[in-house]
Amino acid sequence: MDKKSIKGLFVLLLTCLVIFAGCGKSKNKGPLVESDAPSKVYVEPGKYDEFYAFVSGGFSGQLAVYGLPSGRLLRVVPVFSQNPENGWGYTEETKPMLNTSYGFVPWDDSHHSELSMKDGVPDGRWLFINGNNTPRIARVNLSTFRTEEIIEIPNSAGNHSSPFVTPGTEYVVAGTRFSIPVENRDVPIESYKENFKGTLSFLKVNPSSGEMDIAFQLITPGFDYDLSHAGKGPSDGWFFFSCYNSEQSYSLLEVNASQKDKDFILAVNWKKIEELVAKGVGKEMAASYVHNVYDDKKHSGTSETRKSVKVLYPNDVEGALYYMPCPKSPHGADVDPTGEFIVGGGKLATVIPVFSFSKMTKAINEKKFDGDVEGIPVLKYEEVLAGEVQQPGLGPLHTEFDDKGYAYTSMFVSSEIVKWKVDTREVVDRLPVYYSVGHLLIPGGDSKKPWGKYLVSMNKITKDRFLPTGPELSQSSQLIDISGDKMKLLLDFPTVGEPHYAQAIPADLISKNSLKIFKIEENAHPYGIKSEKDARVERKGNEVHVYMSAIRSHLTPDNIEGVKVGDDVYFHMTNLEQDWDIPHGFTIMGNQNSELLVMPGETCTIKWTPKAPGIYPYYCTDFCSALHQEMQGYMRVSDKNSSVQIKFNSNQGK
Amino acid sequence: MIAKKSRILLLIICLTLIAVYFLPVWDISLEAPQYPEGLGFQIWLGKMSGDLNTVNGLNHYIGMKKIEPDSMSELKIMPFILGVLILSGIAVSLIGKKKFLYVWIVFFILLGVAGGIDFWKWEYEYGHDLNPTAAIKVPGMTYQPPLIGTKTLLNFTAHSYPAEGGIILIAGGIISVLVGAYEFKKSKKQT
Repeated sequence: MDKKSIKGLFVLLLTCLVIFAGCGKSKNKGPLVESDAPSKVYVEPGKYDEFYAFVSGGFSGQLAVYGLPSGRLLRVVPVFSQNPENGWGYTEETKPMLNTSYGFVPWDDSHHSELSMKDGVPDGRWLFINGNNTPRIARVNLSTFRTEEIIEIPNSAGNHSSPFVTPGTEYVVAGTRFSIPVENRDVPIESYKENFKGTLSFLKVNPSSGEMDIAFQLITPGFDYDLSHAGKGPSDGWFFFSCYNSEQSYSLLEVNASQKDKDFILAVNWKKIEELVAKGVGKEMAASYVHNVYDDKKHSGTSETRKSVKVLYPNDVEGALYYMPCPKSPHGADVDPTGEFIVGGGKLATVIPVFSFSKMTKAINEKKFDGDVEGIPVLKYEEVLAGEVQQPGLGPLHTEFDDKGYAYTSMFVSSEIVKWKVDTREVVDRLPVYYSVGHLLIPGGDSKKPWGKYLVSMNKITKDRFLPTGPELSQSSQLIDISGDKMKLLLDFPTVGEPHYAQAIPADLISKNSLKIFKIEENAHPYGIKSEKDARVERKGNEVHVYMSAIRSHLTPDNIEGVKVGDDVYFHMTNLEQDWDIPHGFTIMGNQNSELLVMPGETCTIKWTPKAPGIYPYYCTDFCSALHQEMQGYMRVSDKNSSVQIKFNSNQGK
Repeated sequence: MIAKKSRILLLIICLTLIAVYFLPVWDISLEAPQYPEGLGFQIWLGKMSGDLNTVNGLNHYIGMKKIEPDSMSELKIMPFILGVLILSGIAVSLIGKKKFLYVWIVFFILLGVAGGIDFWKWEYEYGHDLNPTAAIKVPGMTYQPPLIGTKTLLNFTAHSYPAEGGIILIAGGIISVLVGAYEFKKSKKQT
C-alpha cells in the first residue's frame, strides 16, 4: 500500500470513529427539544414566572420553591431540618418547632407537599408537608413562607401516605408506611401478624387559623399504607389509601411483599366516621405526642405535649371501610378531576387499574364481597373496576390529570411519562424522561380544576444530565409542555434534596398575599424592643440578656462589658427596619451555634456561652447597606471571679 | 352686592375645600432602582403619611435631620386656618358684600403664599442643615427637595407635586380670583 492510500484509510477510519462516537453520545441525550422551547421557558429579567412549584425536599427535610416555566429556585423553606443559614432550629424561638416526643430532632425526610384547598381547588393559603421518619405533619404559611406548625402523629411509623387533604381542607391525613405495635412496645418481630397494625389519622384543620388537631385514628390491618388522595365531587366524603405488603411480611420485603398479584386500595368513608365520632364512638387512648406552633407576632414557637388520641377499630366503624383489590404493590391512589375514577399506580403491575366510584358504591350496596380482612370487606375487583390501561409501560407510580380528560402516569422502570384518556383508558402519547421518574406534577393536577399547561417530571436518577459534580449529584427535574396533543420536553433543572411529591399553583394566588415586613408595632416578642432607646443588657444570675437593636448601619449596644466565662448570654436582636428586604444578621466569634437572620420588625435570639476571657467581636452578617462593614461591636468577657460590672453603650446622641 | 351665581360659586368652593381635610395636600416621592415598590411621603393638613421611617433611615447617611411630624407646628395650626378660611368664605357668600369678597380673596392668596414660603423654608433647612459627622459627605452637595417639580438628589430622583388636597386648594384659589375679577369688572362697568 502506498502512502496516499494509507492516509486515505486513516481518514476513513477517523470519520467512522467520529460518526460512531456521535451516535453513542446522542443516544443518551434524548429527543431534541423543539425550536420554540427556549422562548417557552425564558422569563425576561424583571418578569415573573407563571406558577409557583412547591417541591418536597425528600432527605433534605425542607421544601423548595421554584418558578415555572423557568425552573428557577426561588427559595428553600426550612421545615423539618435545622438551617444554619437563617437560624431555623438553632434560635431559641425555633428550637421548640423541632421538638418531638423523642426530644429535639434536627432532621427528617419530607416526601409530599399538598396545598390547602377550597371547593376542591388549591387556594394558596397553606401548604402541608409530611415528615416521614419521625411521623409529623408541618404546615407552612404561604404569606410568610414559614413553617407555622408541626404536629407529631402518635402510633405511627413512616408517615408516608400523608399529608393529603379533603376538598375543603376539612381534614389532612397521615397513614403509616410501617406497621408497628399500636402503643409501641417490646414484642418479638415474628409476632408481626398478631401485634403490628397500621394507623390512618385524620387531623381536623381549623378553617381560620389552619391549626391541626388529631380528630381520630383508624387502627387498620398491618399492611404498608403508601399514598392516598381524597375523593371529590361525587366521591367527596371518601378517602383512598393504597397499601402494599398485604403479605404482612417483616423481612426481605422486596421478595416477600411482592408475592401476591394484588394488594389493596382502602376506601374510607370519613364523613360516616365523622358522624360516628360525633355520636361518641371510639375510645381515647393514652399517647404522647407534641404539637408545635409558631406565632409570627411573638416571633416564637411553643411546643406542648398532648396525652391522648381517639382511636377507632374496623368493627367500630362498620360500613365505612372497604378494601379494593389493586395490582400489584400500588403506590399512587389518585382521583381524577370529576371524582368518579380512582387510579392505582401498581408499581409492579403490568396494567394501570382505574376504579369507578359509582361501581364501588353499587358493589357495596349489593355486597359484592370477596371475603374480608380483619372485618374489613374486600370488594370484588371486577365489580369496582372501570377498566385497565393496557401495556402502559413498566413501573407505574403516580398519576396526575389535566383539564381535558387526560391522565399522565409516571413510569419508573421504563423511565417515561404516559398520557392516556381517562374515560377510554387508551394510551395516546408517551415521552421518555431522564432518568427513572418518581412523582410528577401538573399545577392543580390532583384537584377539581387542573391548570393543564405544564408537567414536571421529578426524576430519581440524574447521571449525565448536568455537568458532573463528583459522585454526589443533585436530582433532576424536567419541564414538559402538555398544552397540545403531544407532550414536548422544554427544560431540565436540578432540584434540592430528593423531591417526591410536589404541587404547583398560579403565581397570583400566592404573590398577592406575600408579606413584605413584620410590623414593629405588632412585635410581641417578650425580649423584643421597639426603639433603639430600649436597647440594654441585663444580668439575671448567670444569664445575661442583651436586648439588641439593628438598624442601618449599627448594632446597639455595640460595646458590652461585664460578661463572665460560663455565663449564658442570650442575644435578642430586633431588626428595627420597616423597609422591604432589609434583613440584618448577627454572629459572634466562636459561636457554636448558627447565625441569626432577622427580618424587618422581627426579634430572634441566639444563645452563647463564652468559655474563655477575651474580646469577642460581633457583626451583622447580611450585607444590608453601604456601611454594612461598619455594623459591628465588641464584647468583653472576663474571668468567672472578675468584678467587672455589666456596662454597655447606647449610641444615643451620636 | 355680589351676583347670585358668584355667591353660589363661592359657596361651592368653600364646601369643596372641606374635602382637603380628608386628602393629602402634597406628595413627595423618591425614585431609585432598589425601590421598585416606590418610596415617598404625603403631607396632609394635620399629619404626614407614607414611608417616613424609611426616608429618615436613608437620610441619616448624609446627616439630614429626621422628619418628625409631632414637632411641626404647621401641622397643628393648618387645620385651624383652613377652618377660618372656609367659614369666612361661607359668611362672605351669605352676606354678599363685595368688599368682604375682595378681603377674603386676598386672605386666601396670602395664605397660599405664606404656605409656599413656609414649605420652601422647611425644605431649605431640611436639605441644608446637615450633621457634620454624617457618614457620606459630598462636597458642595445639599439635599433640598424642589418646591414643585423634579430634582436629582444623589441616587434618588425626587418629585414634589400637589396631591389631591393641594390641587383642590390651588384650583379653589384660582377660581376665587376669577370670581373676584369678574365681580370687579362688573362693578367697573356699572359705574
